Amino acid sequence: MSARTRPITTTAGTRPFAFSEAALAECKALMARYPEGRSKSALIPILHIAQSENDGWLSVNAMDAVAHVMGLQHIEVYEVASFYSMFNLHPVGTYVLDVCRTAPCMLRGSDDLIAHLEKKLGVHCGETTKDGMFTLKGVECLGSCGTAPMLQCGAGYHEKLTIESADALIDALRARNQRTNYTDQ
Amino acid sequence: MSRKLLFEHIATPGIRGLEGYRANGGYRSVEKALRTMSPEAVLEEVKKSGLRGRGGAGFPTGLKWSFLAKPEGVPRYLVVNADESEPGTFKDRYLMERIPHMLIEGMITSSFAMGAHTSYIYIRGEYFCRPDHRTSDAEARAAGWLGKNILGSGFDHEIHVQVGAGAYICGEETALLESLEGKRGNPRIKPPFPAVMGLYNCPTVVNNVETIAAVVPIVNDGGEEYAKIGIGKSAGTKLISAGGNVKRPGVYEIDLGITCDEFINSDEYCGGVEGRAFKAVVPGGSSVPIIPYELFLKTATGESRLMTYESLADGGFATGTMMGSGGFYAYNDAQCIVRSTWNHARFYSHESCGQCSPCREGTGWMEKILHRLEHGEGRSEDIDLLWDVQRKIEGNTICPLGDAAAWPVASAIRHFRDEFEYHIRFPQKVKDPKHFEKEPFARNPKFATA
Amino acid sequence: MPKVTIDGVMIEVPEGTTILQAARMIGERNKADRHVVPPAMCYYTNLKTSGGYCRSCLVKVSKGSDRDPRPMPKPVASCRTNVMDGMEVQNTTSPELLDARKGVVEFLLINHPLDCPICDQAGECHLQDLSYENGTEASRYEFERRTFVPIDIGDTIKLHMTRCILCYRCVKVADQITDGRVHGVINRGDVSEISTYIQNAVDNDFSGNMIDVCPVGALTDRTFRFASRVWFTKPEDAHRSCERCSGRVVLWLKGNEVLRVTGRKDQWGEVKEFICNTCRFEKKDLADWKVEGPRHIDRHSVIGQGHYELETKQQLLKAPAPNVPELVRNKELKER
Repeated sequence: MSARTRPITTTAGTRPFAFSEAALAECKALMARYPEGRSKSALIPILHIAQSENDGWLSVNAMDAVAHVMGLQHIEVYEVASFYSMFNLHPVGTYVLDVCRTAPCMLRGSDDLIAHLEKKLGVHCGETTKDGMFTLKGVECLGSCGTAPMLQCGAGYHEKLTIESADALIDALRARNQRTNYTDQ
Repeated sequence: MSRKLLFEHIATPGIRGLEGYRANGGYRSVEKALRTMSPEAVLEEVKKSGLRGRGGAGFPTGLKWSFLAKPEGVPRYLVVNADESEPGTFKDRYLMERIPHMLIEGMITSSFAMGAHTSYIYIRGEYFCRPDHRTSDAEARAAGWLGKNILGSGFDHEIHVQVGAGAYICGEETALLESLEGKRGNPRIKPPFPAVMGLYNCPTVVNNVETIAAVVPIVNDGGEEYAKIGIGKSAGTKLISAGGNVKRPGVYEIDLGITCDEFINSDEYCGGVEGRAFKAVVPGGSSVPIIPYELFLKTATGESRLMTYESLADGGFATGTMMGSGGFYAYNDAQCIVRSTWNHARFYSHESCGQCSPCREGTGWMEKILHRLEHGEGRSEDIDLLWDVQRKIEGNTICPLGDAAAWPVASAIRHFRDEFEYHIRFPQKVKDPKHFEKEPFARNPKFATA
Repeated sequence: MPKVTIDGVMIEVPEGTTILQAARMIGERNKADRHVVPPAMCYYTNLKTSGGYCRSCLVKVSKGSDRDPRPMPKPVASCRTNVMDGMEVQNTTSPELLDARKGVVEFLLINHPLDCPICDQAGECHLQDLSYENGTEASRYEFERRTFVPIDIGDTIKLHMTRCILCYRCVKVADQITDGRVHGVINRGDVSEISTYIQNAVDNDFSGNMIDVCPVGALTDRTFRFASRVWFTKPEDAHRSCERCSGRVVLWLKGNEVLRVTGRKDQWGEVKEFICNTCRFEKKDLADWKVEGPRHIDRHSVIGQGHYELETKQQLLKAPAPNVPELVRNKELKER
């Protein structure tokens, strides 16, 4: 657990980011719903929007665009984005598999599920498969303890998983090959 | 058979939508309150009901509302805490998914009592993603239950759903308010309390989802009726979400006061253990002390333990535990307490906001020691070291997360110290993660009631 | 006005005074009572909303007030808790409290590199003082410490995140006395760090004050880096006329060479008047300054071991007895 500091990144040569028109309108509407002078309250919802418009992660360019739209200092956005675990600050796969690993899930076999997924996908928790299809993440309690073990992919909860049903899920996702975001309807 | 106040219509088809909800008596409490009652009268009913906060701390709801400062010309807010992330707890999600309008109804009625014209539902990011939670307030608005001059009473009310983004700490009320203001979820230093200076520095009440939902039957049937259920200061019904190694996991509405034995063993609720024997119980979410199964059934003095705030806490931390949020999970004898304690410690270390030093540094330290123990690298001094570290976190932090991180470790050592010693004595055996599956750990009975 | 008693010493203070401020007033009133003053690593009088994070100033409130005499159930942060009339507070007289404080010191040190031999802050480091006065001889922490690569945040400031104790003072300086903040706290829990996140320079007229408020060697002056040990330098009060700030500073001299310029710290280690970067970094010629005379440094400080301060025999005789009761008391507590 040493040397956690990543080299300070540079934005030179990285992919630019701009909100779509629809998203921009949504951002403006969100900012308008708070009392006057309190539009910063929209930061977290807007970061969710930015993340889904940027292939599931928040690049520096995406966060800077959020700061620009909201009239905030850039560091205010970085501070918030890095605090919350649903915001990815590094590129992720087409599918992010958030596997719950907390005690109530552990009692019902989440350790085995995670070990199986790590083996099947050939990655450790926190890593993305070479083909860019899956990012495996161990996350803390998702409030689905009665239907454990489970994982979240995009907006969907996949509950009461067994080795077989997890395999089937992976295969189905791979076949569909379409990005999922937390904000999907 | 417990009464069903929140779950009466849980299985009724169409109850999720406004039409079905209305057809089954939905929004009656709004009609009753706004047409026939004064805000003070609603507060009085809530006080009479003896309702206590269902999020974990169990603070009397009516009293909390009565602390709300009411300076002239300053808005007041109700914020519903739907950031349910206490491990083992999934009752609020269940309620919001199945009867979403009940929460909205409770919010309108409660806001009327407080004189709040805007309220927020702060819902954890992971839940918000599920479409079920998003449509109900639009429906309610369209039908005239929200907006200006509701039911011609002159009372205006707006509800906004605010989304979180993955942070357990935002369940702490002041961290929640910070997050709602678009900041990092760092708990505030109290005082001032939210009732005086909360959201946007205005007087604010933060209540749990279930608490606000319970206001509906209280207003409909009267506080006295509600208070008839339960025992003493544990009035009404409570949602318990059951998980772990029980036969029938799920969310149950119980009358406060049923016996713990009935809850864990009867087929109406948990239905007993799956396959093996019970070893330990965490009755109120991971933050409350874990206790051996025998102590869960009977208090140290040999009385039957009841599902009430008082009875669960009987014996203090030496032999009791807490009601907490109602996130109930049970362990069978294949489970390893050290592994589970390590898992808990990892959770708190991951979720510490990092603001104050005992929690930021202490939770990570405990996680490392427990990791070492569980993986067969423990040392003889580790148990005493852990005890001392948790003791130095507890009570010395800004918010209760420090206590919540310390209690599971303290209670595990208190009741299962011999299991920790086993890990130090037989490092090779515990290297197999399933070390107790084939050969359940035979507990030294002296620790059962230590 | 409320009366509060701290470790048996009573004082009457204005409404709204915190316990820490009241304790400092007692300490200022009579040097012999300085033991009642809790240490503070993150609180800073001139920075709004500072304090409450480090927990080193925790005290025990054994009596809440005359009106409600119940003791407070947990130790409270003295820097953020207001006194009530009749309140009774224990700082060094409560063994449990001293034990809790030992814990806080240990927590603050488990990820600190203890690289004092190569740290520019050594000799004026509040963490050194805190651990010397309130800590234990050894740490029980044996795991790898978290480490960060030192980085430059601008031409004048070096950030050694490894040494940081996350007191938030520098963030509050940037928020409250500079225009525009480019650094802050990112991540959470024990991986939180002070950072600019992207390569960025902290560049504004008052940024140098971040160095002065830093209680440890996390933010150091690049123009003074490895130039000298602070205790080999000679601090002199000096001033110049400056359009941006008061121009009242301390020069840290070696011979006639100005090695460093800082704000003037009071007896609690706090700068009362923030100074601008021009005074701090650009005026390194003695001719730029009007020297007022030697800076008074408290006798307990290693910097005070210098023999430059001109005290006449007369002055020495008049001065209150130098902290002897305090030293004895500390010794007693350590032995207990």
